[in-house]
This record gives sequence, structure tokens and C-alpha cells, in this order.
Amino acid sequence: MLYSSRRGLRRPLLLAALLGLSLSQVQAATLNIGTQGEPASLDTARIGGSVWENDILGDIYEGLVTLDPEGQYVPGVARDWRVSDDGLSWTFHLRDDAKWSDGAPVTAQDFKLAFSRLFMPENGAVYASLFYPIRGAEPITKGEESMDALGIDTPDDHTLVFHLNQPTPYFPTLLAHIAASPVPAHVIKRYGKDWASMEHITTNGAFTPVKWVSQDHLTTVRNDNFHDADSVSLEGVNFYPIENRNSGLTRFRSGELDIVRDFPPARIDALKEQLPGAVHLAPQLANYYFALNQRPGHPTADRRVREALNLAVARDVIARHIMGGTVTASSSFVPDGVAHYDARSMPGMGPDMKARQARARRLLEEAGYGPDKPLTLELRYSTTEANKRIAVALAAMWKPLGVKTQLINAEGRVHYADLAAGKFDVGRASWVADFDDASNFLGILTSDAVKNYGGYHSEAFDTLMEKAATTQDLDARQDVLQQAEQQMLDDYAVLPVYIDTSRNLVKPDIEGFADNALNRHLSRWMHFKNTQ
Amino acid sequence: MLSYILKRLAFAIPTLLIVITISFFLMRVAPGGPFDGERQLPPEIEANLEAVYHLDEPLPMQYLRYMNNLVHGDFGPSFKYKDFSVTELIMQGFPVSLEIGGLAIALALLIGLPLGVIAALKRNSAADYFVMSLALGGIAVPNFVIAPIMALVFGVLLGWLPAGGWNGGAWPNLVLPVVALSIQQIAYIARMMRASMIETLGSHFIRTARAKGLNEMQVVMRHALRPAMLPVVSYLGPAIAGIVTGSVVIEQIFGIPGIGRYFVQGALNRDYTLVMGTVVFYGALIVLMNLLVDLLYSVLDPQIRYDD
Repeated sequence: MLYSSRRGLRRPLLLAALLGLSLSQVQAATLNIGTQGEPASLDTARIGGSVWENDILGDIYEGLVTLDPEGQYVPGVARDWRVSDDGLSWTFHLRDDAKWSDGAPVTAQDFKLAFSRLFMPENGAVYASLFYPIRGAEPITKGEESMDALGIDTPDDHTLVFHLNQPTPYFPTLLAHIAASPVPAHVIKRYGKDWASMEHITTNGAFTPVKWVSQDHLTTVRNDNFHDADSVSLEGVNFYPIENRNSGLTRFRSGELDIVRDFPPARIDALKEQLPGAVHLAPQLANYYFALNQRPGHPTADRRVREALNLAVARDVIARHIMGGTVTASSSFVPDGVAHYDARSMPGMGPDMKARQARARRLLEEAGYGPDKPLTLELRYSTTEANKRIAVALAAMWKPLGVKTQLINAEGRVHYADLAAGKFDVGRASWVADFDDASNFLGILTSDAVKNYGGYHSEAFDTLMEKAATTQDLDARQDVLQQAEQQMLDDYAVLPVYIDTSRNLVKPDIEGFADNALNRHLSRWMHFKNTQ
Repeated sequence: MLSYILKRLAFAIPTLLIVITISFFLMRVAPGGPFDGERQLPPEIEANLEAVYHLDEPLPMQYLRYMNNLVHGDFGPSFKYKDFSVTELIMQGFPVSLEIGGLAIALALLIGLPLGVIAALKRNSAADYFVMSLALGGIAVPNFVIAPIMALVFGVLLGWLPAGGWNGGAWPNLVLPVVALSIQQIAYIARMMRASMIETLGSHFIRTARAKGLNEMQVVMRHALRPAMLPVVSYLGPAIAGIVTGSVVIEQIFGIPGIGRYFVQGALNRDYTLVMGTVVFYGALIVLMNLLVDLLYSVLDPQIRYDD
């Protein structure tokens, strides 16, 4: 570790001497990124599932598929791949020059071991279910079958074959997820569970970690064994976990940070003025909605009530006045911008609010609610300032309909435990895409999905989702998924509010940072103008 | 004296045991679990995770397992910071909190004590009102207001000091958090010192000292200061324990890797082992500081003796 740290320091100095650059210019070749937190682990089988883990693990590992600056899926360790005619077997050919940071070659076995570790019950990997399309993955995770049942073959060191349960046209996009990164089999063999400690960690991405002080910083240096190291401009990347978004902003303004991965939306107007060129807003594959409880005994089990509640919400008011115009009002469930998909919209959400309110009132009357029997709802949200303001706005928008809304807030853990237990009428929820596909959003509303908080159940929807899962042709699949989305929107299965936006602060002299819908930005593509 | 210390330490064990037991069960009855969150896990994965951390065992069994590990000096793995054990997190964070907190307390004493004495000596004068108004302001304005303003003014607008970060404890990074942390303490200590000094100056032995013809300086320095510091010392015991175990507000605003945030984050994340680790650590520190304060009493006040 010490050796690597020194090397990271000496190289820029040497470079400076050669090029006659001042020290400050060279030091700028290290990128300082403020993330919203720190990873639970650098071991892909033990990560916690937070979005910021993508930043760090995305830089230190490279999967079979990776992302270009625009967030498009491109070959990573895989040189190319092909799929069998039935869509059930995917063969990946690995690059010959892919190496670990210690110089050992990256092999097909490294990938197979990485997936095996995800499915080992004793690892409790949170992303295991993302890869259930792989044959054997689910029963192994459930402890029902042994690892022998895993549908991954390694005919040779540079060939990897995945056998799937059903055709999964988006399978390569799954492989760009950080949890699908390889692990160094040779290091794990030697050090076991400790392989990801700072003393032993070996990575195959553009950067490799050399120092980690919890809650302070994680330092990485360029991995000279990375197959594309020659085109990586940065000497290293430092990640600073900053939970307080105002602090991140202050440290960006003082020049200590080059990139901050989020900022308070309420400050947007001032920021655009104070930091011209640094504010990046881009639509993200993430939605913000309210689950509507459709279990017996809840007023929201009645479709008319759900429609009325949806009709009365002025989404543009929330987007503009509460979120400062940093998000896009939407009555769709799937965000615009999802690959190979055009989002549907909820019926009846025209611009005439008076007409919508009138219809909502009528629907509630039909459902048996009125001045004598007002509709009373329990709305739960997790405690944040924005959630609170949106919840208050919803209650105010429903009030003219005679709806009495009781607002209940709780810290995140309690809130989601209550949602999972079905203890709510209306409950705040959101979803950030794991991969760029409409099924990643719609999949959470199938009858058996754990995140189907409202207990939405529609035979038609489930059938369409099953059909989509087995459809290989992308156009035909899009059509089926769109039908499914239309079905759940026609059922008013949830109350969508807006499509979220990524909020980044990026120093204007950084090039190679491109806004993209996944809000993933690999540092290997970035450089400072003055060091180019 | 030694037997007194040993007796006190022996009493600390049942005290800590009660604290640990209550915390353990309180934490478990809190709604929501460590694996609840926006990313709702499939039941089989949640079950796997629970098995990893032995949360699938009956509660009394978990308690016994925890106590057994504790006796062997093992605080267990953190649920949230999986690459670190709770012991590592505390050992990594505590020196940082200790440095910031220790400096803040030193600064607070250095400024607070003289201010309090001056205010007491110049009672009801302009200087007294000025000092006490400042102190009241220091107490009234919380540090989550002062700290961001300081970071903005000195870090961004003037650019004199880093707006945040630890940087291995370099002194420029220390200034703002130490000052921000000490402001309230200065205010408390100054007020306490003033009140105590006024009371002491009215006592008989001070009148005797003055009658002997000592000048005011000698009266204050040689006779009044030590007894007047007693209330400050008794306040300092728990205050030091509180400050050196970090402040979540200061740490989050300035990005300091201390252990203060673990108290809050551990609880919010239902990171059971981390919460327990910080509770045990904090509890032991409080017990120790209180003992030190009691021993310091006997140094300051000759009437207090701990001989059997």
C-alpha cells in the first residue's frame, strides 16, 4: 500500500519536471469527487446498494460491459458477444489484454467466481436477485441448490457462456452493473475474505484504491495495468463522502472539490448565477411516486378513489414550486429516456385542472364519499424537507375534494418497513434504475414483486410482463412493455409525481463529463483542460 | 486513595452492564430493521443477510453471543461499513474526535475562564455586560448555524482556510471545526466561572485574605480561583466525554472523520453493532471522566479527601 501511495505521488512530480509544469497544475490531475456517502464495501458481493457505490466501484472495476461518457453500453472486458437463436445462451469473448492491477490476466474464471459469490447464501449479496435471469441463480441464492446448478460455463480462459432461464434481451446492460464486476480469483484464493482490504485489494478498472479512511476519503491511483491506461489522463481520483449536501456545495465553492454528485435543489437559481457553467441538470432514470394501497379495507382499493386522487394532483406545481423546476412533472411510471421505449401517460391528466377536479369529485361521490362521509387517508412519507412539502401539497390539493389527509412521517428505515408491511393508504416511494430498461421499472409492480408496496394485482399486467420477458424482438418487446405500462396507468396503480433529475456540480475546466440518464460518470473519460 | 479508585472502577462494571443490556434490547425493539430501505430486498436475500449477522437467532441467544464477544474485546462487524469492524471504526475515528474535542476544550478554558473572572471582578460594569451578552449569544446560537457560516466566510468568501475535510489533521483544517465546537463551551464556562467567582469572593476566607492586606490580584489568584473552579471542573467531566466523542453536526458540516456521526448514523441505519460499540465506548468514557473529576476535586479543595 505504501509503495503504491508513493508511486502515485512521485509520478506527477517527475512529469512536472519533464514538462516544466508548475506543481499546482500537476496536482490538478487528481480528481476530487464529493459523493453522497461511502461504499459499504469494495467487495462486489458485500456492497450495500447505495447509488454512490456506482461512482467508486465503477472506477475501480470494469465489467464485461461498461459505459461510455454518454452512459451508453459499450464493451468492457468483453471484446464481443453473441446470443444463441433461442436467446438463452450468451457467449462473451474476453479481451486478451485485460489485467488486474497486479499484472495478472483477467480471466473468465474471475467472472464466474464473482457471480458465484453473489449467489452464495452466506454472502447475503443484495444484488443477487438482479441476476436471477441466469439459470440456477435463484435456487442457489435460496439455498435450494448447490453451486453446480449455476448456468455459467468457462470453456477457456477468455470465453464465458451464460445460460439463461428465459430470453433476456437487455442482458448485456445488466453486466455493466457494478455487482457484475469480476473478482481476482488468485487474490481471493490467497487471502480469502480479506481480499478487499486495503493491503490486498486488486482491481481491474482504470483506477485502483490505495488508501481508505472511513468517512474521510478513499484515494485511488491510476491502474497502469488497465488495458486502456494510455488514454486515462487523470493520475488518480479521491472520493470524499459528504452526506450534508450544503457542505458539499461549500467545499465545491471553496475549490476543494472538482465534482459534487448532488446539491440542494432549492439552491438552483442562486447556483446558476454564482457558478455559471458548473451546474449540471439532466433527466435521470428515476421516478418519484406514491404507492396506493389496494389491499382490502383501504379506501384506495377502489379504482375510482385512485383515479380521483391522481386527477387532483397538479404535478407541474410540485415540480416548479417545490422542486425549483429541477425535476420533470410526469404522470408516467417509466421515465422518458429509457432505451428503446416511449413512456405512456395516465388517462385524463389534461391541462384543465377545473375539469379534472370536477371529475374527481364525481368519482368520489360514486365511490360513496361526500360531506357526510369524508374520505380519510393516511399518507406516509420518509422524513426529508422535500418529501414533507410534497406531502403537504398533496393534502392541500385533495382538500377541495373533501379528502382529509393525515400526514405521518418517519425516518427512512421505519417508513420502508411500514410500506413493506402495507401499513398505509398512500405512501411515498421512488425507484432509481439499476439498468436501462423499462422492465426495471414496471417489474416492481408485478403481483409477486417485493417493492409492489400497494399490492397492485392485475392479471393482464402480469401476463404482459411475462410475455415481455420472453420476447426477444426489441420492437415487439417495447410494444408489450408499453401495453403493460398503459394497463397499470389505466388502473391508476400508483400516483406518479415526477421524473427525477441528476444534479451535479462540475468544474468548468473538466472535460469528458457528459450528462446522461443513468447519471453514471466514469472518471477514466475525464480530464482537466490544462493537463491535456 | 487507591482503594477508592479500585472501588469506583469495580462499581463501573455493573453500571456498564446495565447500560449495555438496556441499549441492546431498546435497539431491537425500535421499528424498522437494518435491511429495510428504499431497496426492498427479496425475502430470501434478507434471510441470507440475517443469517450472516446471526439476526435469525432468538434474541436472548443474540444477547449472549454479543456479551461473549464483548468480553473477548470483539465489538463485531458493522452492518453498514462492511469493510471495517466496529473496533476499527472507533479506533480510526476516536483520535480525530479526541484531537478536535481536546483542542476545543483547551480553547474554551483558555478563553472562558479569564472572561468569567473578568466579568465577576467587574460585576455590573460595561465589561461584564459585554462578556455576558457574548456568552448568551454563544449559548443561544446553535453550532449548526455558526459552522456553515464560518465555512462560507473563511472557506469560500475569504478563502483563508479549507471549508472542510480532514487532510490528515493538518492545522488549517483544524481551525474552523475547533473554533466552531468551542464557542458554546466558552460561553458555558464563562458564565459558570462568573457565577462561581462571585459566590467565592463573598465567602469568609476571602474577607480574611483581604483583611490580611493582600491585594486584589493575590486574593483572586491565590485564594479564590481554585475553589471557584470546582463547578467548572464538575461540568468538565461529562462535557469532555461528550466533546471528545465527537459532534455529529460539526463532523458532517466540516467532513471530519470522527466518531460523533456514528452515534446518529448507527441508530438511523439500525446498525446494531455500531450503536452498541459507541454506547459501550461512550459509557466507559463517562465513567472514567467522572472518576477523574472526583479525584481532581481533592486536588482543588483540601476539604475533600478520599481516604477510607
